[in-house]
Amino acid sequence: MKIDIILAGVGGQGILSIATIVGYAAVKRGMYMKQAEVHGMSQRGGDVQSHFRLSDQEIASDLIPMGKADMIISVEPMESLRYLPWLNPETGWLITNDQPFVNIPNYPDFDQLNAELGKLKNKVVINADQIAKDLGSARSANMVILGAASPYLGIPFEEIEVAVKENFARKGEDVVNTNIACLRAGREFAEKM
Amino acid sequence: MAKTLFLGDEAVAQAALDAGLSGVYAYPGTPSTEITEFIQNSKQGREGQVHSIWAGNEKTAMESAIGMSYAGKRAMVCMKHVGLNVAADPFMNSSITGANGGLVVVVADDPSMHSSQDEQDSRFFGKFALIPFYEPSNQQEAYDITYAAFEYSEKYHTPVLIRLTTRLSHSRAGVERKEARPQNPLHIEENPKQFILLPANARVHYRTLLGKQEAFENESLNSPFNKYIDGADKKMGIIASGIAYNYLMENFENHQCPYPVLKISQYPLPSKLIAKMVDECETVLVAEEGYPFIEEQVRGILNRTGNIIGRLSGALPRDGELNPNLIAKALGLPDTYGMPIPELVVPRPPALCVGCPHIDSYLAINEAMAEHGKGKVFADIGCYTLGALPPYNAIYTTVDMGASITMAKGAADAGLRPVLAVIGDSTFTHSGMTSLLDCVYENTPVTVMILDNSTTGMTGGQDSHALGVLGEICKGLGVKEEHIHRITPLKKDHEANVELIKKELAYEGVSVIIPTRECIQTLSRRMKKQQAAKKS
Repeated sequence: MKIDIILAGVGGQGILSIATIVGYAAVKRGMYMKQAEVHGMSQRGGDVQSHFRLSDQEIASDLIPMGKADMIISVEPMESLRYLPWLNPETGWLITNDQPFVNIPNYPDFDQLNAELGKLKNKVVINADQIAKDLGSARSANMVILGAASPYLGIPFEEIEVAVKENFARKGEDVVNTNIACLRAGREFAEKM
Repeated sequence: MAKTLFLGDEAVAQAALDAGLSGVYAYPGTPSTEITEFIQNSKQGREGQVHSIWAGNEKTAMESAIGMSYAGKRAMVCMKHVGLNVAADPFMNSSITGANGGLVVVVADDPSMHSSQDEQDSRFFGKFALIPFYEPSNQQEAYDITYAAFEYSEKYHTPVLIRLTTRLSHSRAGVERKEARPQNPLHIEENPKQFILLPANARVHYRTLLGKQEAFENESLNSPFNKYIDGADKKMGIIASGIAYNYLMENFENHQCPYPVLKISQYPLPSKLIAKMVDECETVLVAEEGYPFIEEQVRGILNRTGNIIGRLSGALPRDGELNPNLIAKALGLPDTYGMPIPELVVPRPPALCVGCPHIDSYLAINEAMAEHGKGKVFADIGCYTLGALPPYNAIYTTVDMGASITMAKGAADAGLRPVLAVIGDSTFTHSGMTSLLDCVYENTPVTVMILDNSTTGMTGGQDSHALGVLGEICKGLGVKEEHIHRITPLKKDHEANVELIKKELAYEGVSVIIPTRECIQTLSRRMKKQQAAKKS
């Protein structure tokens, strides 16, 4: 089993904690993992991406070859489209937040952006910000996204839940519960589709 | 032992600790910063009292590491590629003194210039200094190589260089650790002439270093990190160094390449293995991250045979990072591609954070400089380099650490008036102080703005040596007290700040203005910590 994921977003949106959680669950299952991150200048509000690879065999490259990614998981809609050259055009899934992060003057028209997302065959487009806010923590939108991606990860949902709990344990029970609720809400959204 | 997930940088750090490191010396620089940060945050490091406080710059870091090696302990010095330019003097001469306690220099290159001003290849520095060097291909090798590098350094009394590249530094994978070894006891170098590089001594040491070259190559020949993997199809052979080896193997089912492959992770190059490949293969593809370092040596500048291909021949791009697709094309394998990027997707360049003090500084600078026309603001390396981008378009130069002040001086010497230099607090103590001294010495008409956000911001908020002492430093360097000003870069002070900058620009001598307000990132982290402390 092998799964290649491009994680996308804007610097500071928390894409790396998605990787940390899935990585924890995967390594616990004895899987191999490689994850190339972006640090430094680009983290200052620029576009950031992470190549995240899981496999039951040893992994060679830290970077995913173009056209071979099984999934794009994005916390920002325009950023999700930036990595389409990496997505497998037949079998690849795109899972993204539909709430734009506008920090540039020439951000595209929202309707046109949604139209582009609509053209894709396999997609989950979700208002993660709203769901997270309704559950009491606007900052946990990334966990909603992770929940929405979870049916396609090939890792039992319970194991992802355990990983979320472990990841937030030192922040106290309230934080753990909110993040688990966000994760489940994302999962339910994807399953209803 | 169970595997631990480590960034390439963290694997280096953990290996150094396990190898009995007594001190790491470094100045922050992407993509090398996480090595030192890991040691700073490590329980093992704290318990062993491993020195890990940031150095003022890469040169002072290198020198301190040489001193620790002189005292018999194991020392590591870490920097980004351009940092080695700053440290080049002690680095080159450390190859002549040699090492007493293990001395390992880790340099992280940044091909494709993700966060840098050039993509220089540090392997040239390794060759230049005639010392052994390594180029790990993955996180496990980053660990194993660092562990081995200290042994090597002590075996041959030589500094050893490890070259990382961005993708390895900042990519995470499972790593298996070795048993931790105790630190060395204090043991001063026994030869009293070893570290005195008087010409008479240095000539002897240099010949000793030349005499070691054959042994270094033999080590490479027998190294577990270099491998000749035979393949049935001799139409092509592939030399793949460092992380390029992974990109190559990605292209083959079960990582089985039909061609012979020579994996290189230890230098100097093992010429016997290269000869074997060139003799038995029709064409040899050289895949290496960075400059065509191996390719040029193997084919020679005359390129008589024409069958060595790579970045110089055009089989691979001359610049930028490699990836699995580029290697596939060079091998003649089908390229893969997903879907094109829709046209409406626009670039999202990095920007100054909302609430960043530099924003207020640039708004004041732009207003004060408006009457003087474009081209007269000289800047430096740091977050404030982003002042080059819209909407500020405030600066005109960024070359190297400290260059803002001395370039402004040169332009002033040429007759340009008025000139303004913009430099960060940490960059100033890294390399700006001697620049300012040059200006004071000649009373050059230059206005220097030291943007003091009390941290080394771009690399993530490391401590700055300048904290609280900038005014004193400038006074000590000879700037007249009435021309040293601290201001607060806030909207409410904007008018007053503009007036002050204008006034000092009109002064025919050295002025220093220090806009002082904490980095918004470190501030919010500090606030969160305080809140958390209150709750518990």
